[in-house]
Amino acid sequence: MEVLLQQIINGLVLGSMYALVALGYTMVYGIIGLINFAHGDVLMVGALTSWTIIGIMRDASPGMPGWMVLIMATIIAMVVCAALNYTIEKLAYRPLRSAARLAPLITAIGMSLLLQTFAMIIWKPNPKSYPNLLSTDPVAIGGAVISVTQITILATTVITLAFLMWLVNRTNLGRAMRATAENPRVAALMGIKPDTVISATFIIGAMLAAIAGVMWASNYGSVQHAMGFMPGLKAFVAAVMGGIGNLAGAVVGGVALGLIESLGAGYLGKLTGGVLGSQYTDIFAFIVLAIVLTLRPSGLLGERVADRA
Amino acid sequence: MMNNQTGKLVVFFIAAVALLALPLVLQATGSNSWVRILDIALLYVLLALGLNIVVGYAGLLDLGYIAFFAVGAYLFALLGSPHLSDTFPAIKAAFPDGIHYNIWLVMLVAAAVAGVVGMILGAPTLKLRGDYLAIITLGFGEIIRIFLLNMDRPVNITNGPKGISQIDTITVFGVDLGKRLEIDLFGFSYTFQPVTLYYYLFLFFVVLAIVLSYRLQDSRIGRAWMAIREDEIAAKAMGLNTRNLKLLAFGMGATFGGISGVLFASFQRFVSPESFSLMESVMVVAMVVLGGIGHIPGVVLGALLLAGLPELLRHVAHPLTAMTDGRLAPEILRQLLIALAMVVVMLIRPKGLWPAPEHGKSLNK
Repeated sequence: MEVLLQQIINGLVLGSMYALVALGYTMVYGIIGLINFAHGDVLMVGALTSWTIIGIMRDASPGMPGWMVLIMATIIAMVVCAALNYTIEKLAYRPLRSAARLAPLITAIGMSLLLQTFAMIIWKPNPKSYPNLLSTDPVAIGGAVISVTQITILATTVITLAFLMWLVNRTNLGRAMRATAENPRVAALMGIKPDTVISATFIIGAMLAAIAGVMWASNYGSVQHAMGFMPGLKAFVAAVMGGIGNLAGAVVGGVALGLIESLGAGYLGKLTGGVLGSQYTDIFAFIVLAIVLTLRPSGLLGERVADRA
Repeated sequence: MMNNQTGKLVVFFIAAVALLALPLVLQATGSNSWVRILDIALLYVLLALGLNIVVGYAGLLDLGYIAFFAVGAYLFALLGSPHLSDTFPAIKAAFPDGIHYNIWLVMLVAAAVAGVVGMILGAPTLKLRGDYLAIITLGFGEIIRIFLLNMDRPVNITNGPKGISQIDTITVFGVDLGKRLEIDLFGFSYTFQPVTLYYYLFLFFVVLAIVLSYRLQDSRIGRAWMAIREDEIAAKAMGLNTRNLKLLAFGMGATFGGISGVLFASFQRFVSPESFSLMESVMVVAMVVLGGIGHIPGVVLGALLLAGLPELLRHVAHPLTAMTDGRLAPEILRQLLIALAMVVVMLIRPKGLWPAPEHGKSLNK
């Protein structure tokens, strides 16, 4: 029972990080129909930037409380990632918006690789340990243990999601985004500038990814240039699972995938009598994707799968 | 017209002689490393030609292509090394001298297995948008790698991260390519190094693949693939069975991958999951993209460039690496090259360095 509770907590934490990244995928896909492969690497840049900022701030003012350092580092990482993603969209994706469907996809993969390479050049390829800036005393809940970092992750995710929902559903920008996703041409006729909306979408997605990156680094205590690719892919799977283009779906898919992975890792060994162990965790996401695409390609909450060739 | 024909023949003849003599010249420098680089480059050409069928002809982005390469390589590794009989007493009893199947038989089996795996994989996703296919194939590539990495327990099949070694070399017409070959011709003796012998074998397969690719391209199937690539709905309306054709492209590409895998395993005499990372899949895509999607000379050029340039860089990069405190190591430069090849080519020259003349060439004739 304790194991179950523990795995559920771990799954929720993992899932909330997937959800934040999945939102970035799903918003971009909803508007321009592109799988932004580089999105996971934006998470990586966020994590590594915050790592650098934390190092600098700790040297500059050692007395500053940990949570303040973390907040400052997160904000700077968000700004850096927003600028980066804005630039990527402008330089690499915008010129290809009307090109054949293969071209933007290949560019996106190349961009992902390029970001990883630049990160290797700037930060060197070795893994770096990420400091734990919050209290290290774990909190016990009914036999399971949850760290302060994990509680913070869950709380931050809830706040971020609430803010995003407000942004998308209540503001002019959000309305413009939804309109562009629905039909870019008609939206443009209504006086919306699609380019501005798309840029805004990339910026918001990058900020969410930066937050997720800091969370990921804090939770696992290590940062490296390749850290973003797998979470990025899995978040994409989460977005597809929830119904790509659907914001609530991305959150549901993210949390569901987190739970599947965490419970799977905890119980796979027992279920298969030791034949398969937790080292197969990375496979779940792809199996889930194959199943979803076969049985319900529109996802759990999805309305449509656009067949734009 | 006749002149043109003769001219072509002369060019062809010179190219053939140059290709045959190249390893002998390089071998004369006394080191095998350059011929080795050539061998690897030829393997990449083979892979790129296979992927070109999938990406170039049918327009399906396969990001897990290296998995088929892995399937071929591991199949040959298991059948051509003492690993299985060392691990399982039952196999040891059945094959006291190890399994050591005939290489050509294994190659056929590997081609078939890789092809079937490719089709099984493609089946659920091919009716969906191309993007999903990219992700699913990527996932499949990772799944294969994870299995290879972890199938050393509870039953040791793949020997996990340690990989399988002592793989058989290939024997062609009684000549063991793993051993030096001394030729005594009119009192003039010459020694062929194993890398040179493999070069000729790989060259044979590359030429075969090129001929096959051209034949496919001009065939009814090839034209159907290109129709699907250009406009799937229109192709369907013309009565093409797009699903089966796409499956066929997938299976055919995978077959090429499987055969290259067999060649690779016997050339290296060692396989481990490391050789089949996602990076390799992306690199093969980059080769096709850089050279010119769907254009055979372009694809060959792209593969040679991306396989060869990093090796050249390795020689030039050492001072650069030292100067930048290890930040610009050859491996990193190689990755930078691949990434730039993909992004810059797509933005500036979307059809590649050496693109196909134009589609619809029948109209111009």
